Amino acid sequence: MANVLVVDDSNSIRDMVSFTLKSAGYQTVEAKDGQEGLSKAQSGSFDLVISDVNMPIMDGITLCSELRKLSNFKFTPILMLTTESSTDMKMRGKAAGATGWLVKPFNPDKLLATIKRVVR
Amino acid sequence: MTVDLSQFIPSFLEESFEGLELMESSLLNLEAGDNETIHSIFRAAHSIKGGAGTFGFDVVTEFTHLVETLLDEMRDGRREVSPKDIEILLTSVDCMRILIEAARDEADYDKEKIAQTTAQLSETLANKDTSDNVNTEQVPQNSNNLIDKSGSNNLSIYKIHFVPEHNLAKTGNDPLFLFNALADLGELTIVANTSELPALTDIDPQELYLSWDISLKTSASVEDIHEVFEWVEDECLLEITQTTIQSQAEPEQTPDLEQTQASTTAENKEIIAVQPAITQEPPAVVAEETATNKPKGKAKAKAEVSSIRVGVDKVDNLINLVGELVITQSMLSELGSDFQMDKIERLTNGLEQLLQNTKELQESVMRIRMLPISFAFNRFPRLVHDLANKTGKEIELIIKGEQTELDKTVMEQIGDPLVHLVRNAVDHGIEQAEVRVANGKPEKGTISLDAYHQGGNIVIKISDDGGGINREKVFAKAVEKGIVEPNSTLTDAQVFDLLFEPGFSTADQVTDISGRGVGMDVVKRNIQSLGGRIQVESTVGKGSCFKVNLPLTLAILDGQLVKVGTETYIIPLISIVESLQVDNDLINKVSGDMTLYRLRDENVPILPVYQLFGLKSEFTKIDNALLVVVEADGQKVGLMVDHLLAQQQVVIKSLKDNYQQVIGISGATILGDGSVAMILDIPGMIQIALTYAQHKQQHRSAASHYEIGAPC
Repeated sequence: MANVLVVDDSNSIRDMVSFTLKSAGYQTVEAKDGQEGLSKAQSGSFDLVISDVNMPIMDGITLCSELRKLSNFKFTPILMLTTESSTDMKMRGKAAGATGWLVKPFNPDKLLATIKRVVR
Repeated sequence: MTVDLSQFIPSFLEESFEGLELMESSLLNLEAGDNETIHSIFRAAHSIKGGAGTFGFDVVTEFTHLVETLLDEMRDGRREVSPKDIEILLTSVDCMRILIEAARDEADYDKEKIAQTTAQLSETLANKDTSDNVNTEQVPQNSNNLIDKSGSNNLSIYKIHFVPEHNLAKTGNDPLFLFNALADLGELTIVANTSELPALTDIDPQELYLSWDISLKTSASVEDIHEVFEWVEDECLLEITQTTIQSQAEPEQTPDLEQTQASTTAENKEIIAVQPAITQEPPAVVAEETATNKPKGKAKAKAEVSSIRVGVDKVDNLINLVGELVITQSMLSELGSDFQMDKIERLTNGLEQLLQNTKELQESVMRIRMLPISFAFNRFPRLVHDLANKTGKEIELIIKGEQTELDKTVMEQIGDPLVHLVRNAVDHGIEQAEVRVANGKPEKGTISLDAYHQGGNIVIKISDDGGGINREKVFAKAVEKGIVEPNSTLTDAQVFDLLFEPGFSTADQVTDISGRGVGMDVVKRNIQSLGGRIQVESTVGKGSCFKVNLPLTLAILDGQLVKVGTETYIIPLISIVESLQVDNDLINKVSGDMTLYRLRDENVPILPVYQLFGLKSEFTKIDNALLVVVEADGQKVGLMVDHLLAQQQVVIKSLKDNYQQVIGISGATILGDGSVAMILDIPGMIQIALTYAQHKQQHRSAASHYEIGAPC
């Protein structure tokens, strides 16, 4: 089953995303900021990255553009999990190479339904 | 499928409260241009909003959204950070706390305050100088109906023309998954258009050259289809046309997936094989969709869930220690299985090691319950800020030693008394600026909070450089209240102790001492119930200092073991002033049973423990007896005991939980030999002694009455 990297600075959100994915049979690896996400990404292989935008140390947008520089993340779907549904933020995400975005409030069923658009 | 997320509510709440604290302290320290701080405040609000939305705490989400929008403007530099904004944000933090607490307890909240603050926030937002339109961003409502199956009963056929840009795959999107998602909506027919394909040699394998014409028969709306393409809309040409509308009553047609496959011509197939993302699998219908109703995370999280976050290092350390304990244990059991006298040295060594291990383990376990006192101190910057505003005084708060660790239970209970002391310091300690300047002091008053460890205790000092406490006025007040005799001579400490007398506070406002006593008796009682004590030092014109001494933990106590008759008792070390052998010359017998002992310049009543507890003891004479002088409530008494035994740490077992509350006993412990020893409650014992003495007094006066009356 697909291996998902979940990056969020909020414990509870990270736990929830992870829990939801695991309950649907995905494997997850968690990271608490962009920096940690990047180093975990480099040391493993992932089929999907779900990342928050606002995080300390390294934000999600930076993480996204950093990941796209890695050869094995060139085509990996990267979804931004964010409450910021403004077009501006979406454009910035896209520019950094994000595949799509998931708008919080986080809804587990919706999450599972949506990520099927990018991962098996 | 439905995923129940209610189990995450407690951790969300905990995180939110931490977030709120962070917001508050950051707001108080916010200086213009400090972007990193604004970012972290924004992040905290942002996380709260996100989590609240997930759990269906909609009021929290809506309110926080306003706060977030305001912060967003500050963060982007679209708004200057004005002191007024900070005030509003601080109030908003309060409101968020109220709302989250209300959501947690499913209780009512102060709707007026929320409405007021909401209005203030909206007004502030409306008054912004730029025309940038972020406000229109809607609070995401629970409109997460990916497929609203209940919405429309009519089947439509959509024609979708989908021409992705060549580099679509570079953002991680894959048309195949999009088609899968469409297939979830209804019956799908896909025809690929290969006309754009370059010659095989010119193909870049990382690019997409195909476009598709799709026909979808579904009951879903056009929005649902758009949603599937949500992430690629900017990177493709997408035309969706609704062609036929059929009523649901019509018989279902068989899906012509085969046709889909068939229409992908052989010519295309070789090219498709080159495409990195596209495979030949038929679109699989995978999901059960129950996205129509958002599961409300409405768990009954009413009971205050108490949890501690422990650093991994602390846990690692524990595991390490347990490992050592196991090694020691196996060494000892090996020694025991074949013991001879010549191995006695190894046995002693082993036991020593065991002692060491146990001690370290105990300390480490205790450390888990320890939190830095900053948890309790955090609220003070805000409190002082607000009070200073209210009283129009300029006050600087200095916090020292916030990393000093303290047991969580003690921390939770010391919060309120500390607030009280700080409030008093602001209200009554620090003078108005004019007065300060007139007295040659800096205009800005200083209150400092200091915490440090001293022995097995933690000391918290609340000091101010204000006017100090006027000894004479306190004394006069006490005389007026009938608490002390007008002609009694008291030390400074004793006078200041009067502030903690119940009822002292209700006095009329008397300028510089007024309010110093408001609820101070409660403060003192709270501190005592934690096994601590409070002392006051003050110099008129220079300021006052309240010093709170607390045990580090409520679970373990440093005790002095004493023997009375056949019983062993434990006296908390913190309450012992000194232990001495009675010098017969210094004994003063006063009225009847009361015996006083002259201890330097004080007279200390002697309480024979055997008498109070009705025990048989061989040491009933006061001459040369052992006296443990203890102090409670500013009152010293000498407890007469038979023997002084060791001093040791004892683990407190509650009597209330295991038996019932007993006056004069605060708890029990189990000693090394397995016997149970009672821990003495000094204030309680003094109480017993007083009642006992009064009882005797009454008894005697009643008896004398009778004697007088008899002859008549």
